[in-house]
Amino acid sequence: MSIIEVKNLVKRFGDITAVNDISFSVEKGEIFAFLGPNGAGKSTTIKMLTTLLDPTSGHITLNGFNTSQNADAVRHSFGIVFQDPSLDDELTAWENMEFHGVLYGIEKKLRRERIEKLMTFVELWDRKDSLVKAFSGGMKRRLEIARGLLHHPKVIFLDEPTLGLDPQTRNHMWNYLKELNKTEGTTVFFTTHYMEEADKIAGRIAVIDHGVIVASGTGEELKSKTQTGSLEEAFLSLTGRTIRADESTGADHMRMASKLWRGGNKR
Amino acid sequence: MRTIYILWLRQLKRYVRSKSRVFGSLAQPLLFLIALGYGLGPVFQKAGSGDYIQFLVPGIIGMTIIFSSVFSGIEIIWDKQFGFLKETLVAPVSRFNIMIGRTLGGATTSTMQGLIVFLIAILIGFKVNRLSSLLPVVLLMLLVSLLFTALGTLIATKLDDMQGFQLIVNFLVMPLFFLSGAIFPLGGGLPEALIVLSRIDPLAYGIDAFRTVLGGMSTFGLGVDIGVLSVITLILIGIGSYSFSRMQI
Repeated sequence: MSIIEVKNLVKRFGDITAVNDISFSVEKGEIFAFLGPNGAGKSTTIKMLTTLLDPTSGHITLNGFNTSQNADAVRHSFGIVFQDPSLDDELTAWENMEFHGVLYGIEKKLRRERIEKLMTFVELWDRKDSLVKAFSGGMKRRLEIARGLLHHPKVIFLDEPTLGLDPQTRNHMWNYLKELNKTEGTTVFFTTHYMEEADKIAGRIAVIDHGVIVASGTGEELKSKTQTGSLEEAFLSLTGRTIRADESTGADHMRMASKLWRGGNKR
Repeated sequence: MRTIYILWLRQLKRYVRSKSRVFGSLAQPLLFLIALGYGLGPVFQKAGSGDYIQFLVPGIIGMTIIFSSVFSGIEIIWDKQFGFLKETLVAPVSRFNIMIGRTLGGATTSTMQGLIVFLIAILIGFKVNRLSSLLPVVLLMLLVSLLFTALGTLIATKLDDMQGFQLIVNFLVMPLFFLSGAIFPLGGGLPEALIVLSRIDPLAYGIDAFRTVLGGMSTFGLGVDIGVLSVITLILIGIGSYSFSRMQI
């Protein structure tokens, strides 16, 4: 049974068609990579999958629930790690977890148990009372993963989760996620710009470009289809070599300002 | 309910922990209070209008509240990209509750800022005639804070980045403050245009209410003040929560 089912999904912003009639499905327990150049429609698709944006047309079911008609049931079914950290810097690691648990209506005793278990799992339990602003980029990412898993989602979305992380942290992080995928059967849906990572981790890959899915299959299938030796080359052969004019958005300005103000990822 | 509570608690925790922000945002009202209070005091006295500090303090409380409330609402712009808010938007809770929780939190911290200014004003010589007026003043501060936090939230749902921020300070917050009668009486002798503008400035009613309760003279009457403030607050919360629930990021 498919855990995510996308049919004829379209999203238009005025004249621009960001996502143009895509259909795909992700099986339960899969590790699925969603790749594409900047501005290809990845983030827009993830926003629609996670109920942050309404599709112009087409429909999405996640864990059997329609994202537009049954948004709350969908929201219970997934966890997400955003591209930009969405932790509260002024709160401690534990408080961030606690707030998430309260929002998802997890009963107190169970909540406290799970928080301890997950924070131990991502090796942050000894730092539970530190303010998040004192954390490194990698620690924040680990905490976000723990938080995203707190309500035992069926699917976890990770939007460029390894961006800016060192190889050690990256390796660690994927180990957690693979273990979780194996033991709990949690479906992992992620985007990345590191092709070797996608090739190594993902069971299946979809490549989106100009709002259309140009290819999907296992890493091997994509390579043999394009007659290339690596996923990187396969990706370039599928999406072309031109550098995309990535329009700078308000978020980019703010990302910049945030780095200046907060001194970036300290420590 | 739990959503409202947890978001309110979050605002409060942030407030208590960011001491530099607390003190930073007190600097401006205290400067106004001291520079204007002592600077214009003698002129005010000579004009036969009495003690200027007594007149000015309710205005400065209003100023503290409008700045801190509008900013706490506008902080949402930042929050929807880099903060806890984005997390709450994918959580299985209603947008209306998120908006209410956050607005109540922002209003509570603004009220605390207003209270601090009020206490400092008492220290430098502001006289409170009746102790019984303290509770009503706090409740009024909360009402005014709610109004302007809801206004800030409404603006934030319409903006995508902080670039419009300066515009809002210069073309909304500053005029609302200066036209509210915070620093001069809205009595006779003012140009007609100024009178009209002050009548449509919600802060004018807030400051008038503070002044009335603290023993000063009233321009509009307390009943009118509370009525106008409550109606505008409800309207802003209504439009704000509609706009918030339709906000896409």
